[in-house]
Amino acid sequence: MKEGWEAVIGMEIHAQLKTETKIFCGCAANFGDEPNANTCPVCLGLPGALPVLNEKVVELGAKAALSLGLNINETSIFSRKNYFYPDLPKGYQISQFDKPFSSNGTLEVLTAERDESGHAKDWKPIKIHIERMHLEEDAGKNVHEGLPDVDKYSYIDLNRAGTPLGEIVTGPDFRTSWQAYDYVNHVRRVLQWVGASDADMEKGNLRCEANVSVRKVGEEKFRNKVELKNLNSVRFMQKAIEYEIERQIEAHESGEGVNQETRLWDEKNNKTKVMRSKEDAHDYRYFPEPDLQPLKVSTEFIEKIKSEIPELPDAMLARFQRDYDLTFADASQLVGDISLAAFYEATAAASKNARASANWILSELQREWNAAGNSAADSPVSAENLAELIRFLDEEKINGKQAKEVLIEMFASGKSAADVVKEQGLEQISDSGAIEKIVEDVMAANEGQVAAYRGGNEKLLGFFVGQVMKASKGQANPKMVNEVLLEKLK
Amino acid sequence: MAMIKEEDIRKIAKLAHLEITDEEVALYTPQMADIVGYVEQLNELATDSVEPATGGLTPEGEATETKRRDVIEGSLGQQLALDQAPTPSHGHFRVPKVL
Ligand SMILES: [Zn+2]
Repeated sequence: MKEGWEAVIGMEIHAQLKTETKIFCGCAANFGDEPNANTCPVCLGLPGALPVLNEKVVELGAKAALSLGLNINETSIFSRKNYFYPDLPKGYQISQFDKPFSSNGTLEVLTAERDESGHAKDWKPIKIHIERMHLEEDAGKNVHEGLPDVDKYSYIDLNRAGTPLGEIVTGPDFRTSWQAYDYVNHVRRVLQWVGASDADMEKGNLRCEANVSVRKVGEEKFRNKVELKNLNSVRFMQKAIEYEIERQIEAHESGEGVNQETRLWDEKNNKTKVMRSKEDAHDYRYFPEPDLQPLKVSTEFIEKIKSEIPELPDAMLARFQRDYDLTFADASQLVGDISLAAFYEATAAASKNARASANWILSELQREWNAAGNSAADSPVSAENLAELIRFLDEEKINGKQAKEVLIEMFASGKSAADVVKEQGLEQISDSGAIEKIVEDVMAANEGQVAAYRGGNEKLLGFFVGQVMKASKGQANPKMVNEVLLEKLK
Repeated sequence: MAMIKEEDIRKIAKLAHLEITDEEVALYTPQMADIVGYVEQLNELATDSVEPATGGLTPEGEATETKRRDVIEGSLGQQLALDQAPTPSHGHFRVPKVL
């Protein structure tokens, strides 16, 4: 950022809560089904249909709110947010306005600036004020792809209409794009950890908007802000904010100024472009939803939900470093995703070698996952099978080079480590009789070196080890070879 | 008496996506003022000690548990959902192009 300027960024996140059914009706909250199949009079907005709140939404909302440091309000009110758009069948969205489900939270987020190549520099915690998380219904979808006359028509799929969302709004507390990036990742992981949302930006069940303005360092007042939308991944979001900060500083310095407007991220051209200006800003005319009761939440309910919240990612990060003796870098990679963290813990427990488990997952296995488009969630090699491989290595049944080859075969075939080792005849020779025989043969063939060793040239031990390994085609257990050689060469 | 001006009528029409003529604006402005003025009579009531009610319910009504369990019930299905739509197409509701 240019010297003398600072950015002021606030974030809004919409997270789809992971329920079976929609927020106000019993339609399945599934995407990908036949268009408009999962609809009913309530979510189609037919006259006379009445909404009934899904209790699971309250439960998941409470888990999300509490794990983000928010306070749950004893009473919250649903309100109608009025606007016209074809994907909003009722002409209003049932949301919350002046009495939201939860409010006034403080969240500590680990964040770091990144260097040119994207490496994090210095991780440190910052405190973010979360103003609120309220509950609301999603709208439907405008569909264009693969349909005729899209220059004249919009096509509406209402399967998504009425699916439950939590909208999480922060104060203007971020000063850099990377802080916003780390915050969104933090929220994404917390929501996954507590099971409140799949929180996958690419699948659209986590959506972000950023409010960005800039000001001179030391200025108290905020300047005009721009709302950024169409941020389809955390990385695009970071890039869009970065672009917008530079654009605004330039616009202020040139005297052109910044309009209060909504801009979209154009991922093809790597820039933001105007979507709508303030003049067409919405006037939502909120009023209390007369068809729903105030939502009351008891202290007992909040205590029950608190007791169900699992260890959160930051606590897990600290524990991985402490209990498994991992570096911050390794531990934070492993807690980057809930399935990866679970995969690691299962591997570490079964292999009894926490460090090696981290190394194997983050290097060899990660490379296979990347190449095949897999992840820990759908790994062809299970945690148990990887653990078995690590045990074979620790027991010196196979060597490191062989283990890497075995893993590749396990990945390709889905077979266990034991099966691959057996099939490829890799099992180390750990039979002491067999090793003694090889050692004796090697000694007989190298009488000169034997005499020299016995005469005091102990460096020759390496030579004998090499000869024995060669004679066994690399399959002799190196530790046993050493022991037998030392004994026989006495 | 409620202060309803012509520009209020124009704004409400715009928000409701309604096109209205100047004549209609002139006609509706006093009508709207009458309606709002009628409802404003409620402001004469002393409500200082009354809790705001949402949903038009008594305290007993508000205390009633009315949440549903997260269990899938039957949906209409595509065909029935689109049955009453004026111009369905390719399994979707079809409407004039929006931005
Ligand atoms: Zn429905």
